[in-house]
Amino acid sequence: MKPFDYLRASAPDDATRADATIIAGGTNLLDLMKLQVMSPDRLVDITRLDLDHIEDHEGGLRIGALVTNSDLAADDRIRRDYPVLSRALLAGASGQLRNKATTGGNLLQRTRCPYFTDTAQPCNKREPGSGCAAIGGQTRLHAILGASEHCIATHPSDMAVAMQALGAEIEIQETTGATRRVSIREFYRLPGDTPHIETVLAPGELITAVILPAPPKGRQVYRKVRDRASYAFALVSVAAIVDVQDGRIAAATLAFGGLAHKPWHDPAVDRALEGAEPTPELFDAAADVLLADAVGQGSNDFKIVLARRTMKAVLAEATGLKEAA
Amino acid sequence: MTRHLRMDEPQARLLDETGQGVLSTPLPRPEGPLKVTGRARYAAEVTMPDMAVGVLVRATIPAGRVTGMNTSEVMAMPGVLGVWHGGKMLRNPAQGTANAAPVQPGDKVAYYGQPIAVVVAETFEDARAAGQALKIAYAPSNAEPDPDTAATVETAEGLDQGDLEAAMDSAAYSIDAAYTTPGHSSAPMEPHAALAAWEGDNLVVHGSYQMLKYNVNELADSLGIPPENVRIHAPYVGGGFGSKLGIAPEAVAASIASKELGRPVRVAMARQDVFEMTMRRSETRQRVRLAAGVDGVLTGLGHEDRVSNLPGESFAEPTVQATHFLYGGENRRYVQEIARVNRTCAGSVRAPGEAVGMLALENAMDELAEAMHVDPVDLRLRNIPDTHPESGVPYSARSLAECLRDGAERFGWSERGLPGERREGEWLIGMGVASAARANFIMESEARVTLNPDGTALVETDMTDIGTGSYAILGQIAAEMLGLPMDKVKVDLGDSAMPPASGSGGSFGAASAGSSVYLAAQEIRAEIARKLDCADDDLTLRDGNAVADNRKTALTELIDAPMVGHGHLEPGKTAESHSQAGYGAHFSEVAVNEVTGEVRVRRMLSAFAVGRVLNQRTATSQGHGGMIWGIGTALTEELQHDPRDGRIVNRDLAEYHVPVNLDVPDLDVMLIEERDDESSPIQAKGIGELGLSGVGAAITNAIYNACGVRVRDYPATPDKILAAL
Repeated sequence: MKPFDYLRASAPDDATRADATIIAGGTNLLDLMKLQVMSPDRLVDITRLDLDHIEDHEGGLRIGALVTNSDLAADDRIRRDYPVLSRALLAGASGQLRNKATTGGNLLQRTRCPYFTDTAQPCNKREPGSGCAAIGGQTRLHAILGASEHCIATHPSDMAVAMQALGAEIEIQETTGATRRVSIREFYRLPGDTPHIETVLAPGELITAVILPAPPKGRQVYRKVRDRASYAFALVSVAAIVDVQDGRIAAATLAFGGLAHKPWHDPAVDRALEGAEPTPELFDAAADVLLADAVGQGSNDFKIVLARRTMKAVLAEATGLKEAA
Repeated sequence: MTRHLRMDEPQARLLDETGQGVLSTPLPRPEGPLKVTGRARYAAEVTMPDMAVGVLVRATIPAGRVTGMNTSEVMAMPGVLGVWHGGKMLRNPAQGTANAAPVQPGDKVAYYGQPIAVVVAETFEDARAAGQALKIAYAPSNAEPDPDTAATVETAEGLDQGDLEAAMDSAAYSIDAAYTTPGHSSAPMEPHAALAAWEGDNLVVHGSYQMLKYNVNELADSLGIPPENVRIHAPYVGGGFGSKLGIAPEAVAASIASKELGRPVRVAMARQDVFEMTMRRSETRQRVRLAAGVDGVLTGLGHEDRVSNLPGESFAEPTVQATHFLYGGENRRYVQEIARVNRTCAGSVRAPGEAVGMLALENAMDELAEAMHVDPVDLRLRNIPDTHPESGVPYSARSLAECLRDGAERFGWSERGLPGERREGEWLIGMGVASAARANFIMESEARVTLNPDGTALVETDMTDIGTGSYAILGQIAAEMLGLPMDKVKVDLGDSAMPPASGSGGSFGAASAGSSVYLAAQEIRAEIARKLDCADDDLTLRDGNAVADNRKTALTELIDAPMVGHGHLEPGKTAESHSQAGYGAHFSEVAVNEVTGEVRVRRMLSAFAVGRVLNQRTATSQGHGGMIWGIGTALTEELQHDPRDGRIVNRDLAEYHVPVNLDVPDLDVMLIEERDDESSPIQAKGIGELGLSGVGAAITNAIYNACGVRVRDYPATPDKILAAL
């Protein structure tokens, strides 16, 4: 670990103007610092900021960036009105990690690509221009959608997949002190040729809250498929919010984890479902849309099949075509 | 006084006569409270004044030579005290019982991850930063990262008895199937660590090792000093599973740096180092052939395998170890190929041989039962041989049939249906069975027992407790033999200055070290009998009193000076005259998700027969540990090697998937009453590794019973199930 300076923010401005890397729960950053995958010269600790409230807001909820994953998952309003989010949170990490991990930090966690976390390996995300060692290596956890020749990493968050389905907005304090809101659907970037730039956050900008819209109509489902029963990253995860009216799908929003560099949302998948009667054939057609451009890397080819099967099962559950497993 | 015993013939079952009543009872381990309150100090927790801290720096090529490094740049970093490489540094840990230094490669690199240098600084943080800054230059050479394509493959003819080909041709039923198992890591909770300090020419190391009497010699040989100058302390070891059998790179690196600096130096491995620099279990590629008559009795058995290791390493995973003796069949053939690869050194990992060989054998037996439409428990019962199918020697105690029958009864095996028959929503439910067998042997072992005039006793031996319960069982044996309550007996372990024990490994620790304590206590009993002028057999020791000729005397009155007994056990003729093994039967019920291919184990039962059980609680825990390993072996554990350079890609516990709590269902352990007179003077056999032997196959066989998918490539991750659903 490289020596670093440590500051503690007592106001959001302290964080945005510190020219420092922001640390909150530290469940990801500290690990990466020990390995020198990240080696900031200066940390600014925001955990004393007053950002740990969940408040009613515009018919929905405003979740402070410092609300822990445990507290968020256990919140009565979240459990009642946004069960997809509660379930996604509880599907992630372990109890100990969820007690420390924060809402803002979870959105910004780095990929689990083992070539990213080994500083002896070339990685465009860690060291732009050095190459991608994952391509041609072990790719079980890697992307099948939206990858590039420069990076095939996946985003590891479960929480963000649910927020993607919910159409959450992210409240950002800019370095000028101004605040802007960005839809989570615009927040993450695909790797392209700059995989080291993962979001639209500019240097110094601070996530202050996540805003959930009014509770959506319909059923909410989160399902995560993984190699062991707990404490494993998703092979595939699906968040679905589906409203069935008079035997037809009135509204559907699906988001996917484990498939791409970001929590994946494809509006064409939602459109393929909306207005139609829920049938296995319809679900297959929607999966065709989702997976039209899917490309495996060899050891992750199975994800293409698994994504389809999981998506169909989730849709069957969410539309009431079949009861939950 | 020393009581020496070579195990040439069965010994009287004295422990069934003693009557103190502490042996076999489920007593908690005495050091447990120290461990759960953090007061048991493990190697990396020991500190010394003026201690410096080192980290190991690895090779980042799979083969070649070190041509230089930026030492002067690193030496200029804050707190850095020194950088050492080459010379006496180790390439990998010593193999178990090597008793001599492992390869000291100088500037040669044989695998990606090999420890190349130790960087020592005032603090851990400084050392780690300096280690990261150390840039090593190489002259790479051609590497062989893949055992399937390796240029050098050695062949070891195992056995060719009768005519297997003919038996296969004429069999009423036959199975010829290929299986693969991936590499495994021991992944002990406690990473390898050593603190080295010199006083003149004498070296003291606080380390984490399983077999101290060998480790002393290995460390001395590595450093070129006499073994009498070396002392190792390892009172608590946070798991070993084979990875701490031999002296390892961190101890030698710490000793070198400490000598040069004239200060104590601690070197602890990071988790990633444990994966890369200690031992892995070799991946295996196996072919099992079974030939059976119409009655299901085997007429032929073939088991061929390919494993790998570094060039020159003598260890090869003994894949067919249990195949030799578990089932009959007069026509038998085994051949092993050893591919020479540039990968982390292969060595003993929990139940070497059986852990992976029995996956294939027991999977194949299930396939044979399926082909014949017979119950797989019944098929196994039909194939228990009368005498060893190769050597013809008799078996010592062998309760395999009881384990299969009693286990099946308690598990509810008769509820098992056909594949696809039981369903709960998306989940298909199935049951599977596998035999358990693990070769048993004892090792030379010594112990000293002192009975004090105040009625307390002290057990001393360099035996280790690697989480298994050595403190508990050695105290129980002494208490039982001397007629003392447990709180009067103290056990000191893990100091190489004490009498040399077997060490912990190969499941021989309890029976070997336990027998040496037994012999030492026998010596004390003889001395008490002499004092009371009675025959040894007429002496009863109970609750602190000696009873002879209907006269009861308190030991505190009888003894005026400490009585010291020394026990010395050696293996003898019974090791050859009888085929010895622990046996058992595993049963599992699994649920397979027909959508995702995920498998969840719902319940497991294992019945074990291991001779005398020394402590019901620690023995049960050993059973649990093996069963949990079995879940990992069957479903999740796999070392992933990069195809280009052989490096271990998933080198931490987030990505190398040992089972977590949610993967582990209710576990039921049955301990079958047994005495094995040929095994040891205390009629006990090993249990640790037996729990793992075969259990993974009970899970994959249950997967087949649930959904009709036969997984032959371990582990059974969702993608492999999906591909066949």
